[in-house]
Amino acid sequence: MRALGLATVFCFGAILFYISFDFPGWGDENSPASRHVSPYYIEHTMDDTSVPNIVTAILADYRGYDTLFETAVIFSAGLACFFLLRIPERQAPPARFYRHLATGITFRIEKGGRLPEDTDEFERIDSVWVPYDVIIGMTCRLVVPFIQLFALYVIAHGHHSPGGGFQGGVIFGAAIILFAISNNLRRTLKRMSEKTSALLGSLGVLIYAGTGILCMVLGAGFLNYSALASLLGVDPVSARSHGILIVEIGVGIAVTAVMVWIYYNLSSAGRQDEGL
Amino acid sequence: MEEQFPIIIIAVPLIAALLITALWWFDKRVCLPISIVAGLTSLVASVGLLLQVLSGGIIEYRLGGWAPPFGIVYRIDHLNSLIIVAVSLVSLLNLIGSRTTAQKEFQEKVGAFYALYLLFTAGLLGILITGDAFNLYVLLEIASLTGYALIGLGRRRAPLSGLNYLLMGTIGASLYLLGIGYLYLMTGSLNMADIAQILPTILPSKVIVLAFILCLSGLFIKMALFPLHGWLPNAYTYSPSVVSSLVAPLTTKVMIYAMFRLMLTIFSIDFSLNSVALRLPILWLAIAAIVMGSIMALAQKRLKKMLAFIVVAEVGYMVGGFWLGNRAGMSGAVLHIINDAAMTLCVFMAAGAIVYKTEDDRLSSLKGVFRKMPVTMAAMVVGGLSLIGVPPTCGFFSKWYLISGGMAAGHYGFVAALLFSSLVNTVLFFRLFEIGYFEPFPSGHAHEQQGHTDARNHSSSIAEAPLDLLVPLVATAVLVIVLGIYSGEIVARVIQFAIPAVIV
Amino acid sequence: MEALGSLIIAKYNYWAVIALLLIGLYAMITKKNLIKKIIGMNIFQTAIILFYVSIGSKKGATIPIITHGHGDASHAVHSVEYINPLPHVLMLTAIVVSVATLGVALALAMKVYSQYGTLEEDEIREKIMESEPV
Repeated sequence: MRALGLATVFCFGAILFYISFDFPGWGDENSPASRHVSPYYIEHTMDDTSVPNIVTAILADYRGYDTLFETAVIFSAGLACFFLLRIPERQAPPARFYRHLATGITFRIEKGGRLPEDTDEFERIDSVWVPYDVIIGMTCRLVVPFIQLFALYVIAHGHHSPGGGFQGGVIFGAAIILFAISNNLRRTLKRMSEKTSALLGSLGVLIYAGTGILCMVLGAGFLNYSALASLLGVDPVSARSHGILIVEIGVGIAVTAVMVWIYYNLSSAGRQDEGL
Repeated sequence: MEEQFPIIIIAVPLIAALLITALWWFDKRVCLPISIVAGLTSLVASVGLLLQVLSGGIIEYRLGGWAPPFGIVYRIDHLNSLIIVAVSLVSLLNLIGSRTTAQKEFQEKVGAFYALYLLFTAGLLGILITGDAFNLYVLLEIASLTGYALIGLGRRRAPLSGLNYLLMGTIGASLYLLGIGYLYLMTGSLNMADIAQILPTILPSKVIVLAFILCLSGLFIKMALFPLHGWLPNAYTYSPSVVSSLVAPLTTKVMIYAMFRLMLTIFSIDFSLNSVALRLPILWLAIAAIVMGSIMALAQKRLKKMLAFIVVAEVGYMVGGFWLGNRAGMSGAVLHIINDAAMTLCVFMAAGAIVYKTEDDRLSSLKGVFRKMPVTMAAMVVGGLSLIGVPPTCGFFSKWYLISGGMAAGHYGFVAALLFSSLVNTVLFFRLFEIGYFEPFPSGHAHEQQGHTDARNHSSSIAEAPLDLLVPLVATAVLVIVLGIYSGEIVARVIQFAIPAVIV
Repeated sequence: MEALGSLIIAKYNYWAVIALLLIGLYAMITKKNLIKKIIGMNIFQTAIILFYVSIGSKKGATIPIITHGHGDASHAVHSVEYINPLPHVLMLTAIVVSVATLGVALALAMKVYSQYGTLEEDEIREKIMESEPV
């Protein structure tokens, strides 16, 4: 099997190697890719959309339909992880572990028994548990708000610097996941429950698709942001810039929520009871 | 409103899926009504689009208002408007029949099931309607991802089969992406019509030939052409029955359409058939697919796995018919896409009804099922006759076109493979009918110890499938016959214009 | 010979892409552990992303963000000064798609693990043979 795999791989590699002598050189500005469609984008973005970041303009305006479905892809990945892994609570939970805070004794309760939620003497711990570390917990608590602020900055400045909805959304999601890792999955679930993340995920993609439908209803085609000019009271070029901002915000919300949703389901294997 | 039909077909299922995900946390009963409304809207819009194409010619819809090649465009011509109607109809029929089976299989996750279902349908419709090569990749991935998730929640071997399908499918999609990358490197454009315009100026080129082969190989993995079909039998057998009756009729057919679109529009048909010596090897692969699929189907002891191998053989029909290169063969292949979607839906829905009622799909335990489930088995008879190729069902007419195409091209191996496959299908289905009809229902002997009243109750009750599964099943069986009666019309008025005039 | 040498050095981005493609494909075909196969799939997709991004480069050009701002209408924009932005846009989409595929693959692998207790393909095959004689 290994010999066959190695032979297949080498044949494939040899064919690719032989053909790539015909490619244009690296960094050649006369290659077909640099001469055909992209000069239009570079030269006309400021006149068409007044957005300096050409990548954001292409992503959200010229090829905005692709981005709508890309957001739908990441949304369906969150939905798929939920669909495959989630185990509803009514099925018998495994044993729970508790720890007496004063003496440090841990004990296990079998078969679904539980202690009340808000006792001061006992805390619930995971089955694979390390002691809560003050330094890590405190540092992460201090850092998380700054990460979230940076994420909002990345989303909002997608027009003028590298950034945009996907990048900012992932950073925001990473901040929430950092909180979950450093503290406790249950505490994170209390602050941002699974229902909230599912609703925010669909809201984000609905903002994107809804903007497209709004443009269609207002007379121009689907995702043609110049139709928003009458609604927002600006000229069509600035309307495109504002339209790009609206869909980027939608994408950011959706990506944040879906990252957190996937993390909840993957790290706890669907039980959402205890996890990383 | 009529000029917005192209986007309504895609946007309505997408928005419906999002609404279901949002609203299902509050009230579980809204899932099915929203899905059916979305499916109906999509179907009405696609029929309207077909009528527009028949009277007006090719339709181009610009997204975002940008002209090609700077923006993405939809391109709707005779080839894809017919298949769009077929896909939305199959999806809607399966949706109507899914109420009780989905509730039983998925329980609390029913909302997520309907959302994934609608996203899968939107992805397939998007593949059919787009005119941009990279957009096709994105929609291919959304249809594939939702397919993997839907298949993975079956019983027994489903997660492992789903993971195998995922690994092979991702190689296929990545090879397609690499091929598009080579095309972009040499032409600088992603729009299908634009690439077709630029290609004659740079041919002959080894890079374009390799790009063609890479895109084709990627699509062959996705459509499960022999010998790359390893993922299909397990994935379709172990998935939940309401999922297998959705993915089995649709996935491979849409990938075959993507191959047609690649060969007809991007690389012109002259280049695809003649410039690389691929025609004969691919014809032999198609013949091998038909023969091996039929032989493996004979060896199976489970109903759904037997049907899955029949699907592998059907893929061989369509690929072989198209690569014959003459008008009869290509018309037969395009007609077979529509017919095979209807036939496969019929037999898989009937198999799903049997599994729902008896929990067991081994062929040996289907004794006497004709008496217990007469309507279901009548639909299975119609589907089976169509797969064998008996008039007036639709399978006969597409096979007729394929055989006459094979004889006109002088490729008698293909004709022999088609006849062999009909023979094997006859054996398979008559064996099924014999077990189901002529063998006595065994409960009379097995339950004697428990008392005679028990035995009489078991053998005389008709445990037919629930009504909401029967109605779409009967409608599909009727559709199979209607498609057969109108085949001549369909070919003369639609398919004839889909195939370029240079093909004789 | 010298021409060949300079040719190899001039296009070394393509050789790197081919090397990564082969590593990913080898891992997917020959490894027995499911997680190693998933990692191979990820390497394969990353190689294709690298290929697209390297198409867009231009010697001596800067990133595609126009720094004039709104008021300077007199500065014309020359496409030679900025790198090609289109492959970057396409690869943003491809990266998101590969992350989504990775998520679904890991969810399926978790289900396989909870069902069979192992992630090695040959052990899983033995367990399947034992439990399902048909």
